[in-house]
Amino acid sequence: MTARVLVAMSGGVDSSVAAAMLREQGYDVVGVAMRLAPEVQAPVTKRRGTCCSHDDFEAARRVAERMDFPFYVVDLRADFAARVVDNFVSEYLAGRTPNPCVMCNREIKFDRLWQRARALEADFVATGHYARVERDSCGRFHLLRAADSTKDQSYFLFMLTQGELSRTLFPLGAMTKMEVRARARELGLVNADKPDSQEICFVPDGDYASFVESQGGPRRVRPGRIVDGGGRTLAAHPGLHRFTVGQRRGLGVAAGEPLYVRGIDATTGDVRVGTRAELASCGLIARGVSLVHPEMADAGKIAIEVKIRYRHPALAATLAMVEADRAEVRFERGGPAVTPGQACVFYRGDEVLGGGFIERALEG
Amino acid sequence: MHIYLDHNAGTPVRAAVREAIARLLREEHGNPASVHQSGQRARRILEEARERVARLVAAPARSIVFTSGGTESNNLAIFGAASAARDRRRRIVSSSIEHSSVLAPLAELERRGFEVVRVAPDRDGRVEPAEVLMELDENTALVTLGLANAEVGTTQDLAPIAAAAAGIGTAFHIDAAQALGRIPVRVVELRCDLMTLSGHKIGGPAGSGALYVRAGAPVAAVMLGGPQEAGLRAGTPNLVGAVGFGVAAEELDRELAGEVARVATLADTLFRRLRESIPGIRLNGSRAGRIPNTLNLTFPGVLGESMLIALDLEGVELSMGSACAAGAVEPSHVLLAMDRSTDEARSSLRLSLGWSTTAEEIARAGEIIPRVWRRVAAAEPLAEAVPLPEAVR
Repeated sequence: MTARVLVAMSGGVDSSVAAAMLREQGYDVVGVAMRLAPEVQAPVTKRRGTCCSHDDFEAARRVAERMDFPFYVVDLRADFAARVVDNFVSEYLAGRTPNPCVMCNREIKFDRLWQRARALEADFVATGHYARVERDSCGRFHLLRAADSTKDQSYFLFMLTQGELSRTLFPLGAMTKMEVRARARELGLVNADKPDSQEICFVPDGDYASFVESQGGPRRVRPGRIVDGGGRTLAAHPGLHRFTVGQRRGLGVAAGEPLYVRGIDATTGDVRVGTRAELASCGLIARGVSLVHPEMADAGKIAIEVKIRYRHPALAATLAMVEADRAEVRFERGGPAVTPGQACVFYRGDEVLGGGFIERALEG
Repeated sequence: MHIYLDHNAGTPVRAAVREAIARLLREEHGNPASVHQSGQRARRILEEARERVARLVAAPARSIVFTSGGTESNNLAIFGAASAARDRRRRIVSSSIEHSSVLAPLAELERRGFEVVRVAPDRDGRVEPAEVLMELDENTALVTLGLANAEVGTTQDLAPIAAAAAGIGTAFHIDAAQALGRIPVRVVELRCDLMTLSGHKIGGPAGSGALYVRAGAPVAAVMLGGPQEAGLRAGTPNLVGAVGFGVAAEELDRELAGEVARVATLADTLFRRLRESIPGIRLNGSRAGRIPNTLNLTFPGVLGESMLIALDLEGVELSMGSACAAGAVEPSHVLLAMDRSTDEARSSLRLSLGWSTTAEEIARAGEIIPRVWRRVAAAEPLAEAVPLPEAVR
């Protein structure tokens, strides 16, 4: 029996090539496009490279037709709303800056979709992520950065467990984006030159603040003060979901030198600002931590590199688990602004060791 | 190898139809409106097809207007009757469980100022004739109702409505697309003004349909052009479709009684088998008064969408609700109108049998469906079927 693989297809070039390659490799490919975001009535001109539109499903469908494998649109909107969008809204309202793509991977692509895969007797789930999975001689699975460092998406996959890695395929992990596009053209895929998707798929106009307000409702919006390091009120603000730690623009406060958001206090509603120098932190506490190799939890202090935002370079640090799912990360050198809510991902060289969500910065 | 249980969506073309169409395409090329002999032959072929379709529904041949299918027939009946009523009658009575090709024209007429009444069915999908009668008045231009519901198979008792509509000069349209071939459909007994017929549901090709128009019925053309089809449907007739429809009708007419009983037995066998092996499975729609080929079933503990895909991968083809523009399945508006919850509608699938269904296929489907149900229920427990938040709807 050939192995069956459920391929999550967005209509974009990456997942299209992933599906086509698996088909060529002889897998029994079943393509699915997930209906996740509610249909947004935003004018087409305001949409910026999002997924989940009918055109994208049609693009995925044409790939399936061309490569001759079955394809279905599955409706996971309720799960997405309950497990990704609600979290996104609550995190912003609590003064944190969430990363819904990480949440979507954890809750939808590698959990909910895997249930569906089992219902369909699939052996694997595959996506078009740029990351690699390798199995060593002891049978352990390793999650590695993609060969194309400019496209590497391992950051979004830190939560994958041994069980999940064992049934996950990333066909693009060893390829560069240019190779993928060339492959798409070779395969005659119609979307070979489609631009990469950007932004958050369920906020197509990019206006997070309005989205959070409309979804969360006015009663959950927390207005408050903008204060300086000494607790002096500089201005009033309409809601702390409009701020993110490290933010400089849009504070509405004039000062001699540029001011940045240093901290957001959801209980008082205070947004604390300071100079660039005051932003620096020496480490962070992460919650919801998972480790690709759970035995590492007992290893005491471990030298790692940590990424505290997708587009930040990895920083040398030490990692120590402080509770079952909480970790303390200390930067080797004074670190940059740490944004609560973002994912922090632990690396050693090319390997992902695990990660979690930033709870707070460590100061001093 | 595939077990096709989606006859209500469309039937496989019968062998005799295939042959007749192939012969036609090989031998004929004329336009029935042409004066020359090719045209005359084409015209004769078209009129033969018309007679065959008419015979199946016990109607005069000249009352059959060929169309491109059930959707066009419904559009012609509804817009045609509304337009014939001019400004004198501004009310239309229908039900909430009609096909989209009825509901969408009604919504459009509502936008144009008609008052549209949609009577709700009971939990079995039956539209109570008394409730329809209560809505009829001298201002009513049209009553339009389906004879058999496509999704749950319930048939309606339309005789009292026909009599009342005739009494006040209201046009009565029956959408019989889903009833034709499943039960006897005879115009003389139904006494309607207009009746939608589809060739595609009885083993003819897709793109073939007809509207029965009683002589003198108040209906105006919607498609304007040449004088074809008694002026009610301009354009060169689709001879391939008409011939295919005619041959399918003739074959069906010969065997209808036996075929209805055969399909009913197969459907009963399948339902019994599923009820034995799937605890809690429920049949939607009425037990008596139904087209026997249709089984709309609520499967406990699973999403219909998962079952549909899992069964398709096992070669069993059936359907659920309707497909949205994106190709995802949506819960059936008929089940929701029958007071089922969204969750119940999401767990429901439609199996529809037909002329090509064999006893062997039913035996295999009876093995495969329970096995797939157990697997899907275990892999994807329905606790996951979170009720859709308002924001998503």
